[in-house]
Amino acid sequence: MVRLDTGRDSAARVDLPPVWPPIRLRTGVWGWIARYPSIALGCFLLSIMLVGAVFAPWLGTVDPTAIATVKRTRPPGAEYWFGSDMLGRDIYSRVLYGTRVSLLVGFSVAVVASVVGLLLGLVSGFVRWADGVIMRFMDGMMSIPPILLAVALMALTRGSVGNVIVAISVAEFPRVARLVRGVVLSVREQPFVDAAIASGTRTPVIIWRHILPNTLGPLIVQATYICASAMITEAILSFIGAGTPPTIPSWGNIMAEGRALWQVKPFVVFFPAIFLSITVLAVNLLGDGLRDALDPRGQKDR
Amino acid sequence: MLGYVLRRILSTVPVMAIVAMIVFSLLYLAPGDPASVIAGDQATPEDVARIRANLGLDRPFLVRFFEWSGQIVRGDLGTSIFTNLPVTSLIKQRIEPTLSLTLVTLILSVLVAVPLGVLAAWKVGTWLDRGIMALAVVGFSVPVFVVGYVLAYLFALVLDWLPVQGYTPIAQGFWPWIQNLILPSIALGGIYIALIARITRSAMLDVLAQDYIRTARAKGLGQTPTLFVHALKNAAVPIVTVIGLGMALLIGGAVVTESVFAIPGLGRLTVDAILRRDYPVIQGLVLMFSFVYVLVNLLVDISYTFLDPRIKY
Repeated sequence: MVRLDTGRDSAARVDLPPVWPPIRLRTGVWGWIARYPSIALGCFLLSIMLVGAVFAPWLGTVDPTAIATVKRTRPPGAEYWFGSDMLGRDIYSRVLYGTRVSLLVGFSVAVVASVVGLLLGLVSGFVRWADGVIMRFMDGMMSIPPILLAVALMALTRGSVGNVIVAISVAEFPRVARLVRGVVLSVREQPFVDAAIASGTRTPVIIWRHILPNTLGPLIVQATYICASAMITEAILSFIGAGTPPTIPSWGNIMAEGRALWQVKPFVVFFPAIFLSITVLAVNLLGDGLRDALDPRGQKDR
Repeated sequence: MLGYVLRRILSTVPVMAIVAMIVFSLLYLAPGDPASVIAGDQATPEDVARIRANLGLDRPFLVRFFEWSGQIVRGDLGTSIFTNLPVTSLIKQRIEPTLSLTLVTLILSVLVAVPLGVLAAWKVGTWLDRGIMALAVVGFSVPVFVVGYVLAYLFALVLDWLPVQGYTPIAQGFWPWIQNLILPSIALGGIYIALIARITRSAMLDVLAQDYIRTARAKGLGQTPTLFVHALKNAAVPIVTVIGLGMALLIGGAVVTESVFAIPGLGRLTVDAILRRDYPVIQGLVLMFSFVYVLVNLLVDISYTFLDPRIKY
């Protein structure tokens, strides 16, 4: 009930029926979660994985590469929480250490591909003569299916986490360049850029102050999706033997090693698969949430 | 019309040339000595020299590039280091399973994803819509080999409805052929279905807000013809575009799906080539898949003129 003071005596106060339901202000942590449920869920799942990756040595793990052939392919139980693999290595420890590789590759590729793509996109959007050359080159790169491009690069280099990051970044950055160029081309036609040019602002300052902030929203969203897709690509590369070397446990590796026996010992493949799916889901949720939150049009249902 | 098609076909030539140049340059841009990486740790200097000669790394870049381009134009993709067979004949031996898998997945995905997307757009804002979109996020997130193993475990090992692994050529009958392809296509189609369903929904939402849809409803046209004839037809361009672009995911995913389901196709050829570090085979496959991808997207471009008569060039 809303009480209105009409300004006369207290008897004249009328009880008006509520015109619209009371607004519940969504403030604080819970309000924030209610407003951005997918960002919250994504961050929550991702931070669990991050904690697992950072504190892997203190979370009940043993040496993930320790071989115990007597105790191979033990089912999940008290001694081996997730079971043991063909060489008797503890799958729980391997999966937890594998989180490090996956997150490292995902984040690094997102950063490297975004930075390279951002620079090329800015140049392409601003330098007319370079635009044609760069964009034809990007068209060519985007015509090569990303996984195959990464496979080809990995076939030419020695397997290492660094090389995996470079290979996947090369396969991903053209899409960022395309996106940034598109934003730059539309923003540079805006009146505020004309105004800045007319008032004698130098080009680098225009780029830094007027163009760059407008590319950040789409870029962050794109970087999140790249992170998710890079984690899947890393797992695929390791799974088919073109990724991280077998000495470093990664989810793709563990699944590749479990492949021969998966019909009888499905748990070897199962646990890394669950971890990979949850992590990628978390990053995708974060991306979807950010896209909705950063979209200036605010069309939540699109 | 014909002029447009011809011009579009011609415009793919420079794209393919750039693709070829990029694929070729990888060999030279790779850090270190690719020949010794490919030869492996136990290789003798003679092996390394042989591989270097096979890859043409012993001759200047430009000379080698023009030689190689000439070969490509004549349809020669090089020779395998491991088997000494031409890459084209290796591809010919393995192409049927991959083609079958990709086509079945494509058809299945479109048949599942488009109705789902239409349904989500029609029931926008309801729990049905949210459910379909949540499924799409999951479809994006669960990698193809994970879906593959779960499906194979459930439907082949536990329920014993379908064969676990393998491939039967279509020459041995349609049923045995499709039986082996059902699980792999569902696994491979997951991400593709998610992609198409999402774009179908958003394209349909744009179209459903148009005046002619209101007119169609006002004149008493039923829900089904409104959605599928009036709306879907006008939403077709973005949907077909994404189907074409998504082929890249399909091609990449096929490599993995084939190794999960032991299908002896091009994906297996790729994986075997990786394990043997048979670079000419990998190079040939990358080039072939990229050309196929460019051609598919050419078809998509040409289809615009049929889907939307307003698009005339």
